[in-house]
Amino acid sequence: MADASYPEDLKYHPEHDWARIDGDVATFGITWFAQDALGEVVFFDAPDVGSTVTKDESYAEVESVKAVSDVIAPLSGEVVEVNPALEDSPESINESSYEDGWMIKVRLSDPSQVDALLDQAAYVASLD
Amino acid sequence: MSSTTDLRRTPLYERHLAAGARVVPFAGWEMPVQYAGVKEEHLAVRSGCGVFDVSHMGEIRTHGPQAAEFLQRILSNDVDRLVVGGAQYSVLCLEDGGVIDDLFTYRLADDVYLTVTNASNHVKDLAWFGRWAQDYDVTVEDAFDEFAMLAVQGPDARRIASQVLGHELPLRFQTGGAIWNDADVLVAGTGYTGEDGVELLVPPAAAPALWDALLEAGAVPIGLGARDTLRMEACFHLYGNDLSEDRDPIGAGLGWACKESTGFVGSEAVAKARKDGSPHGEKLVPFRFTDKGIPRGGNTVVDGGTVTSGTFSPSLGVGIGMAYVPVERSDLGTPLQIDVRGRVRPAEVATKPLYQRPS
Repeated sequence: MADASYPEDLKYHPEHDWARIDGDVATFGITWFAQDALGEVVFFDAPDVGSTVTKDESYAEVESVKAVSDVIAPLSGEVVEVNPALEDSPESINESSYEDGWMIKVRLSDPSQVDALLDQAAYVASLD
Repeated sequence: MSSTTDLRRTPLYERHLAAGARVVPFAGWEMPVQYAGVKEEHLAVRSGCGVFDVSHMGEIRTHGPQAAEFLQRILSNDVDRLVVGGAQYSVLCLEDGGVIDDLFTYRLADDVYLTVTNASNHVKDLAWFGRWAQDYDVTVEDAFDEFAMLAVQGPDARRIASQVLGHELPLRFQTGGAIWNDADVLVAGTGYTGEDGVELLVPPAAAPALWDALLEAGAVPIGLGARDTLRMEACFHLYGNDLSEDRDPIGAGLGWACKESTGFVGSEAVAKARKDGSPHGEKLVPFRFTDKGIPRGGNTVVDGGTVTSGTFSPSLGVGIGMAYVPVERSDLGTPLQIDVRGRVRPAEVATKPLYQRPS
């Protein structure tokens, strides 16, 4: 498993989710802290493309051998893409939580919600 | 974060931290749930050798002229068939057949027996032993603090354990003794993984050095997470999940460990369940998912039944578990629909054990 890291170019939700903002589309995933707490991910239950996700609410489930966890949406919008590689390689969520382990892409319904997310420094401070 | 101040620690607690364990509260103890990761540890036991700290398990020593008669009265199996140097599995039943605990008993000498209890049931078991012992010339002792317990399991477990102990090991379901580092070691050919191996009961002070020697010889530390996935693949019951005071041993598939002719406490209820079926009409079956998803204890079976244990099987790569289902839907191959948090997943009743080690 990779060492702890929290990229500076991402926005963070206190429930240990990240968002990479690109115009009105954002990519979601879970942070290093979240995947470490969960252990080896063996199953990612993705939402359907076209469904809507709501900020602060669960949009998917991620399961390790020992537990299941809800994945919380950091922002609201419509799912435009689901990472197809996670069906066969859910372990990417552990091994590459910010790159290969991304979960979904969402067209944001209210891009101003981004302002409420934490920056890297604030998120890292919240982990102590 | 819950307070950990009143949790007990085994003599290997520092070793767990040193090995990078994630330690969690379990049945009143601070125990390692994982070191390298559940999946990796699981596969290490299936392919090599793992060592588990199971010092949270309890021990009850029963001795005296009527020890055999007494144990025959409360244990479900036929204690007359337990020879010196033997190990026998049985359940402890309430009068109504409900299961108080499932346990192994070792016969150490003619009139000395040691029974291994589940951590969360030890106090209850001890009280039950004490209650029935009054009618017999027998002494029941709480031997919890006398032993640390290490399980050494896997295809390489016997080689590694005998090399470390410098001693031949007892066969499966037998026990033997060894002296290691001036300490008495009770070696039992038992385990909870579906692999060959032994369980070692040692004085707590001797446990850390024995742990070190086993790691040095190639055993890998295994946490409770993998202990649970290993036992589920082997279809071994976990008390509190698959067994309880509300379930009888027949419905749980433990009829083989019950010999009603001995007249043990609860034998009438067990005999009735064997003849007429369990009072609740359900039977514990192993199952595997035929598609995606992971079952968990507490999930419901559509049209009746409850999952009592469930996980992702690292060996098989699918969701597996055990469920109580109506007897008429308990046959091998019967399709089941399991409600996993609102999503219905297809499964089928499978063969026991779910994982068969290559012979």
